Amino acid sequence: MEELARGVAEALRMLLAFDPEIYEIVGLSLRVSLSSVLFSTLLGVPLGVLYGLHQFPGKNLLIRITYTLMSLPPVIAGLVVFLFIMRKGPLGFLRLSFTPTAMIIAQICLVTPIIVGLTYNAVKEKAPRVKQLAATLGAGRGEAVKLLIFEVRTGILAALVTGTGRAISEVGAVMLVGGNIVGKTRVMTTYIAQLQRMGNYDRAIAVGIVLLLIAFLLNAVLYQMQERQGRA
Amino acid sequence: MKKKNLGVLLLVLLLLLSAFAGCGKETAPAEETPQAAEIQGTLRLATTTSTQDSGLLDVLLPAFTFDTGWEVEVIAVGSGAAMEMGENGEADVLLVHSPAAEREFVAAGHGPERYDVMYNDFVIVGPKEDPAGVAEKSDGDAVAAMKLIAESKAPFISRGDDSGTHKKELSLWEKAALTPAGDWYISAGQSMGAVITMADDQLAYTIADRATWLAYEADTDLVILSEGDPALYNQYGVIVVDPAKNEQINAQGALDFQEWILGEKAQTMIEEFGVEEYGQSLFLPNATGEPTVD
Repeated sequence: MEELARGVAEALRMLLAFDPEIYEIVGLSLRVSLSSVLFSTLLGVPLGVLYGLHQFPGKNLLIRITYTLMSLPPVIAGLVVFLFIMRKGPLGFLRLSFTPTAMIIAQICLVTPIIVGLTYNAVKEKAPRVKQLAATLGAGRGEAVKLLIFEVRTGILAALVTGTGRAISEVGAVMLVGGNIVGKTRVMTTYIAQLQRMGNYDRAIAVGIVLLLIAFLLNAVLYQMQERQGRA
Repeated sequence: MKKKNLGVLLLVLLLLLSAFAGCGKETAPAEETPQAAEIQGTLRLATTTSTQDSGLLDVLLPAFTFDTGWEVEVIAVGSGAAMEMGENGEADVLLVHSPAAEREFVAAGHGPERYDVMYNDFVIVGPKEDPAGVAEKSDGDAVAAMKLIAESKAPFISRGDDSGTHKKELSLWEKAALTPAGDWYISAGQSMGAVITMADDQLAYTIADRATWLAYEADTDLVILSEGDPALYNQYGVIVVDPAKNEQINAQGALDFQEWILGEKAQTMIEEFGVEEYGQSLFLPNATGEPTVD
């Protein structure tokens, strides 16, 4: 318990003294996770809407696969991406191994299914009514889709919150494809694991507290956005 | 109105924070002095977690970058995994401590030559209570110590990760003509630091390289129970990876690193490392500049 108190003290010191090492690590964590959530959203929301609106052969199977991928273990995503991008792998020529870009790619693999799945769920409830409403208003296909996305906006926001939480907190994928290289691919989660290995519990707890604060901050932003939407 | 502004404020704060990514690099000391070599690229060094955790590289590598302009990416895994990376051409140069495996690596053509860089030794550590009686009964004989541990079935944590330390441990079991098995023998698959931490927590025995041990000693209740046996000698070697493996290998950087670490400046820095903090060198330089021949 002493360690907890020392950890809190260390966390405050790191943040208030603008400890460059920790700010860099936090900065990279945010850059990687926010980028992956952004791309996952651009990919996942349209896909989720498509699934929700249309019937097509093999849809059931695709939905099941999506739901399964929502629980894809991060370390497996990391392993698979690593095997592709390692120098002697099929995508080795891209020189992505041990880079932040690789970390973003691995996290996209984790977050996209979550966004697709949750968007699909939000859409399939409301889709029939929205289609009806659009038909009575004489709206075209494109406008019906826009209306639908507007209607399920809180559901989509919930998908973003879940996806962001997943990205910022995972360690398996970013460890395998990034390698926790100082100044280059070290993020909060891999740093905590390293500090524990090194027996530096005070600093590990401190970084853990910072990570929780960041996660809280991210959720606060998204919650504010939901609140605004709720009253719109 | 207030809540809307709060959301925007938080978002701006987050974006500001993410702008800090990459700011650590700007504090590189090399930029302050006019004589630093211009940065010419990146070199990927595969080495062991014990070498990295000892802190030696934090001292050596900035000096190497200053002198040669190569920035070093350090991938720290076990010796076995580092050599695997070398075989696959994933690393440019290796700094490991598993001499038999290194010789095989060179013999198989994965790297042209192997050179001695520095050495230290391993120590057998365990709980003060010493249930296996290692300190009393083994008399500085490492193999005897291992036999005592196995006989008493006292918990023993193995690196279990193909590292140089793991290979040394296995060689001792072999000399003792024993195959360790049972609940008492715990294969951790982790770095030296993690294993020492585990042994401390579980009141278990383990083998550690002296450098890592010195760094962790103060934070654990474990003590050295056997040391000094020549069988516990730990030699580090440097090997450049065969550049023909793929186009991405930084062959020049690898050769520069090899030459630099065998050179007088690096060897002196190695000898001085740790003296102030621990009163002894953590690594003893022994480069001869001659490749090891079998």
